[in-house]
Amino acid sequence: MILTSGLTLFGIGLLAAAILGIASKLLFVKEDPRIALIEDNLPGANCGGCGFPGCSGAAAAIVAGKAPASICIVADGEAIATIAALMGQEVIEREPELAVRDCTGGLRAADLFHYEGALDCRAAHLLYGGSKSCPEGCLGLGSCVRACPFDAIHMGPEGLPVIDPTQCKACGNCVDACPRGVIGVSGMSARLLHLNQTTDCLAPCRQKCPAQINIPRYIEQIKAGDYDGAVMTIKERNPLLVTCGRVCPRPCETVCRRQYVDETVGINMLKRFVADRELRSGVHLPVPCAKDTGKCVAVIGGGPAGLSCAYFLRRLGHSPTIFDAMPALGGQTRYGIPEYRLPKADLDWEIQGILDLGVEAKLNTKFGRDFTLESLKADGFDAVFIGIGAWQASGMYAEGEDLDGVMGGIEFLTAHALGQKPETGNKVIVVGGGNTAIDAARTCVRLGAEVTLMYRRTRNEMPADVEEIVGAEDEGVQFKFLAAPARVIGDENGRATHLEYYEMELGEPDESGRRRPVKKEGSEQRMEATLIIPAIGQKPDLACLYDDSEEGTCPLETTKWQTIVADPDTFETAIPGVFTAGDVYTGPDLVISAIGDGRKAARSIHYHLTEAAIPIPETTQKTMIPYTLFKEIDSVERKKRAVLPHLCHGDERNCTFNEVEGPLDEQQALAEADRCLRCGLVCYDRDEPFLAEERETSPDS
Amino acid sequence: MQEYFLLFIGAMFVNNIVLAQYLGNCPFIGTSKDTGVAIGMGGAVVFVAVMAAAITWLVQEYVLAPFGLDFLQTLAFILVIAALVQFVEMFLKKVIPPLYKSLGIFLPLITTNCAVMGIALICQREEFGFVKTVLFSFASGLGFMLALVLLAGIREKLAVRRLPIAMRGTPIGLIMAGLMSLAFFAFKGMI
Ligand code: SF4
Ligand code: SF4
Repeated sequence: MILTSGLTLFGIGLLAAAILGIASKLLFVKEDPRIALIEDNLPGANCGGCGFPGCSGAAAAIVAGKAPASICIVADGEAIATIAALMGQEVIEREPELAVRDCTGGLRAADLFHYEGALDCRAAHLLYGGSKSCPEGCLGLGSCVRACPFDAIHMGPEGLPVIDPTQCKACGNCVDACPRGVIGVSGMSARLLHLNQTTDCLAPCRQKCPAQINIPRYIEQIKAGDYDGAVMTIKERNPLLVTCGRVCPRPCETVCRRQYVDETVGINMLKRFVADRELRSGVHLPVPCAKDTGKCVAVIGGGPAGLSCAYFLRRLGHSPTIFDAMPALGGQTRYGIPEYRLPKADLDWEIQGILDLGVEAKLNTKFGRDFTLESLKADGFDAVFIGIGAWQASGMYAEGEDLDGVMGGIEFLTAHALGQKPETGNKVIVVGGGNTAIDAARTCVRLGAEVTLMYRRTRNEMPADVEEIVGAEDEGVQFKFLAAPARVIGDENGRATHLEYYEMELGEPDESGRRRPVKKEGSEQRMEATLIIPAIGQKPDLACLYDDSEEGTCPLETTKWQTIVADPDTFETAIPGVFTAGDVYTGPDLVISAIGDGRKAARSIHYHLTEAAIPIPETTQKTMIPYTLFKEIDSVERKKRAVLPHLCHGDERNCTFNEVEGPLDEQQALAEADRCLRCGLVCYDRDEPFLAEERETSPDS
Repeated sequence: MQEYFLLFIGAMFVNNIVLAQYLGNCPFIGTSKDTGVAIGMGGAVVFVAVMAAAITWLVQEYVLAPFGLDFLQTLAFILVIAALVQFVEMFLKKVIPPLYKSLGIFLPLITTNCAVMGIALICQREEFGFVKTVLFSFASGLGFMLALVLLAGIREKLAVRRLPIAMRGTPIGLIMAGLMSLAFFAFKGMI
């Protein structure tokens, strides 16, 4: 019996072995020996961070060509190089990436208790997602912390995830775990290419800033004493921070939530504070650029739009060359803004920082005269950006305005900036109410003239910055409101001597919402003038675009305001590969708008050069997000807004072109940064100590 | 027909291989943390259980029984099932690579799965014919899969709730399995 049993089992075993033996011969699947070799070089962590089931899965995928040699997020550079060598590939260094959290906390902490019992953001999101007030914010339950296989995230004291940059491998597990999209993994290029989206956590100031600067972030960095970090945050969106810190009319401050507590945060003062620190140090902070792509882009116009476009193109790895008709770069920031508002030396320093990144500049080279779109193409440029600004002054539509002694505002400022010493005489009339008019008036005061600024509405309707108007008043500029030029009267030599004007009164509001000025018939009066400066508006000078040989034909479509037509999302003109932005596209606008659009155009050019299509996200934020504009701001202590120190006083002021305003000192800057509420979409930071005090003293506690 | 139907329902619910027979508990706890994994494992068990029951039935009928060697049943079945799993793995890898990939790690896991072995042995103990053996093993496999997926669903929910540390993971899994088992007892007497 034992024998039979043994034999039977042996027989079954033998049969099974034989079948398996034959099967293994017949069903043999040849496996690439490289799989085993590669697997040996992988760290064997089986973390799944690569997206494949374990390291053998990853090795098989690498051999099958479904994954790059660098797929493993744990392997070090050496291992990656060995794996790549096995595959006959070369290792190219990847831009470093890191997880970043874009949510500042605020009300979230108070909401936390709603979710007790379910310690997972995903569960809480499913259960209560709809009823929570902030549609985007962090729930603070730490699913990302648990998802990170490298212990790179922990919960900070505010109940918000904090990422340890030294541990993060940019695997993206936290991004997948977060149901609110609060965490993202990004590198420099991705950040430069990002457009604000309605799903981002956008403080009102950040929504309103035409350059989309992450304002709360840099203010927070200032508060933490990380001034260099703040500069780099600004430079991710704006290379001209010294300039903007001085001349930006601060649209962001108009929507700052702090105004509903006391006064808006001095956002621009803070920008100027860090910008000036860098300026005074005399050394540009190193700005990283992506690997060279070998693509050349011609940037026509070296004003803010062109400089910004060139700067971002360079940072994305392309090689831009700026062509400018003037003897120096800077465009209207150099020729339209007087020295006392923006010292030329500071502007030069800032522009040098951009050129030092590897941007080429060809000066005194005029588009249409020295080169054309065709010649650029022939010279091997892969794309063209047109940012030639708006250099033509609009007329007053008054009889006699072509007489000698009448000079457009922008022409006057340019001539002055070029050192041509335009003749002012002793009585100047500036017509207009915008910043150019004020700049021209204040410049003339400094040149020793008696200046009258004539505006057809009242002071309240003036489009110029209030500080500028007050500055002009202080410096002795006379204002003549509710007056409009009728005609220029000249002498026998054809030189203007007087300006005849009508008195006006305000009628019904027009489409801009301002009350329309109406002529008072028979109210004509005369005012003596040695120089009349109409600063009513500017428009682009498009002559350079017209081809002389075929009269009047312009290769690009233009509007009746003499601006170039382009796609509003991509800034691409009707000619593929030719992009535009800045005043030549929008008409006269803010420096910061030109800078912002310059970046957006650079983004489009980047995609045009590297991928066929230019992606525009559906959720791109264009206007303010309505529910973020609430006005009830509780539990915030009132704090005084900082005031920029005046550098020169009294009479001294109008006889010098030195800068009028100085930067904040460190103490003031820190105090001002402390006023920022660190806003999110619908949240803001309350004053904790203030709250505690209130609780102690409140009668019902 | 009714006989087969009752056999099917009985194997799947009343005598559920894990919840009523307490077989295959280790893969039941081990692979029930995630519904996706549970479905994969369940599928693999159904597949192997049917193959194993069918082949062991043939071995019993044509090798062991004729020689009066029924006492060798357990040993012989272990041998057969292990070889079978190996063979199936090779076969799938060569012929149906997508299926092989989707079963992945679960096939080798089943080599030593007592649920599969148990199903084959029960078929013998109940003296089922070939058709009944196949049907029974299929239904039992499905029963295993059902229990596995249900438990995985429960454990996924539990993973995000607050639990005393000592209860997290396997302990609460076992308690849940016990409660499920009690619930399945309600099927007793149905047939
Ligand atoms: S989970 Fe997030 S924080 Fe952790 S390594 Fe991956 S990307 Fe970095
Ligand atoms: S308080 Fe700070 S974050 Fe909020 S809108 Fe003002 S500057 Fe921006």
